[in-house]
Amino acid sequence: MLEAATGWLTAEEWEAVRLSLSVALRSVVFGLPPAVLAAWLLARGRFPGRSLLDAAVHLPLVMPPVVVGWLLLVTFGVRGPVGSLLNDWFGLRLVFTTGGAALATAVMSFPLIVRAVRLSLEAVDQGLEDAARTLGAGPFDRFFTITLPLISPGILSGAITAFAAGLGEFGAVITFASNIPGQTQTLPLAIYAATQTPGGEATAAKLAGVSFALAVSGLLLAEMVSRRMQRLLGRERG
Amino acid sequence: MLEISLRHRFPGFALDAAFTAPTPGVTVIFGPSGCGKSTVLAAVAGLLRPAEGRISVGGVTLFDGGAKKFVAPEKRRCGVVFQDSRLFPHLSVESNLRYGLKRAPKDAEGPGFDEVVSLLGIEALLGRRPAALSGGEKQRVALGRALLSRPALLLMDEPLAALDAARKAEVLPYLARLRHRLRIPLLYVTHALDEVDRLADTLVLMQAGRVLAAGPLEALAARTDLPMLAGRQDAGVVLSCRVAAQDEARGLTRLDFPGGSLVVPQAALALGHAVRLRIQARDVAIATSRPEGLSVQNLLPATLAAIEPGGAHDVLLRLAVGDSILLSRVTKDAVGRLGLTPGLPVWALIKAVAFFAEGRDGAG
Repeated sequence: MLEAATGWLTAEEWEAVRLSLSVALRSVVFGLPPAVLAAWLLARGRFPGRSLLDAAVHLPLVMPPVVVGWLLLVTFGVRGPVGSLLNDWFGLRLVFTTGGAALATAVMSFPLIVRAVRLSLEAVDQGLEDAARTLGAGPFDRFFTITLPLISPGILSGAITAFAAGLGEFGAVITFASNIPGQTQTLPLAIYAATQTPGGEATAAKLAGVSFALAVSGLLLAEMVSRRMQRLLGRERG
Repeated sequence: MLEISLRHRFPGFALDAAFTAPTPGVTVIFGPSGCGKSTVLAAVAGLLRPAEGRISVGGVTLFDGGAKKFVAPEKRRCGVVFQDSRLFPHLSVESNLRYGLKRAPKDAEGPGFDEVVSLLGIEALLGRRPAALSGGEKQRVALGRALLSRPALLLMDEPLAALDAARKAEVLPYLARLRHRLRIPLLYVTHALDEVDRLADTLVLMQAGRVLAAGPLEALAARTDLPMLAGRQDAGVVLSCRVAAQDEARGLTRLDFPGGSLVVPQAALALGHAVRLRIQARDVAIATSRPEGLSVQNLLPATLAAIEPGGAHDVLLRLAVGDSILLSRVTKDAVGRLGLTPGLPVWALIKAVAFFAEGRDGAG
């Protein structure tokens, strides 16, 4: 099947698929820990500025992606406040790189993960955490042995949804990381490039098909994993 | 010694409760729903931080509002059995049981894993998930998990309230057995009188956030000024007895209590076994001279200690039998007819008793 796909897509198109997968995967891997932390703060934290954090987390959902990309460019650009430091200290440049594409994707899909994790955190019976406390478990112990396993279905379905959405991130990526074949040209960018090229309709259609298939399988997988996990956690009997 | 004094305000409810109880032993907090008894338990466990007060167990202070001392729940070593068992759904029964054991202090003494598992009869459940357990099984596992955390104090928050009568009857004997097998002090919250009768050494009565009375069960059960205890079908007393003799020929078991003895239909219990009797006031009749030709087995010489108000047409007689007290419900008419006055020697006819077997070691 891989052979057939390799033959069916040109090397350049294949590169766009591979890059999309890589960017989406990285965005999820790096986005997950802060997303779980943000979800925990929003679900459990009682601190001033909580609604501000809530709004900030959800901004990428409601802002035009181009604006998110532009904000990233301003912040993480080589002259930006964060970008210049990263460049000076670590020689790390995010603009116009695969890493930058992953960062832009991570920011865009961040609310999706936070939302899923937060919902499952709010569904966790805090009585179980209390029970763990009385059995001698401290805060970190409790989080890793009770809370984390119980919210793992939420984390996984959030991660898979974010991955599927990340495969198709366009506006923020093209603004922040540009459209460089082999570096930042993910599937949607390649599709866009194809539509701008005379005679590129066939390529666009092919890539759109791939994109569609990936997104659908991602959603199905998320649903399946979540059900399987719920069953493992013994929730089906309430 | 268990020393508890708490003051805390909730919207629309104020808790102001204080009592002490000897340890080891079973202290039961009894009261209607919403009287604050579970709140007291949560405060002892550390899951609620009271506004003021002091909690100490066996000389160890867990909370002192004045000294701003608050020991975190995970450091208190209070094993808790919750009404809704709260087993961890993602862990097997065995992992649930070992959760507390792993986190118990290395030098803490207590029953071992195998001992607890066999005591509670949960060997067959070890590989299962909590979702595959019945309500009664869940509570037994929860009890085992709390025990294995090697607690200095065991807390139970209406552990049987969510169970139907059959499941309750399945778990209650395990609790009664534990009571004697272990030297761990137990604080037990309930609104069911049969659990009080069966388990309590010390009884604490609570109502509307306050302690109405606290003291040894026998003393409180015989008091007629506590309407809450009349919530059962009738006033009555609880006697702690021991099996003194078995009469195979007549099919009877003799039980001794401080001040006398009673016979009951033969029960398969070893000599010396501790038994609790509940004798309801309406099951005790009295006679001013020794009656003859009775079918009633239990006839005890007693002294009428006091006549206390009962209902509209009847009174409660307080009868001293040696060191023990019996209550008898008779009509006001009978008081006049028999010329009953305090100090009068009488015969108490006991028509029925309910008894619960306990462990061999007795109430301690």
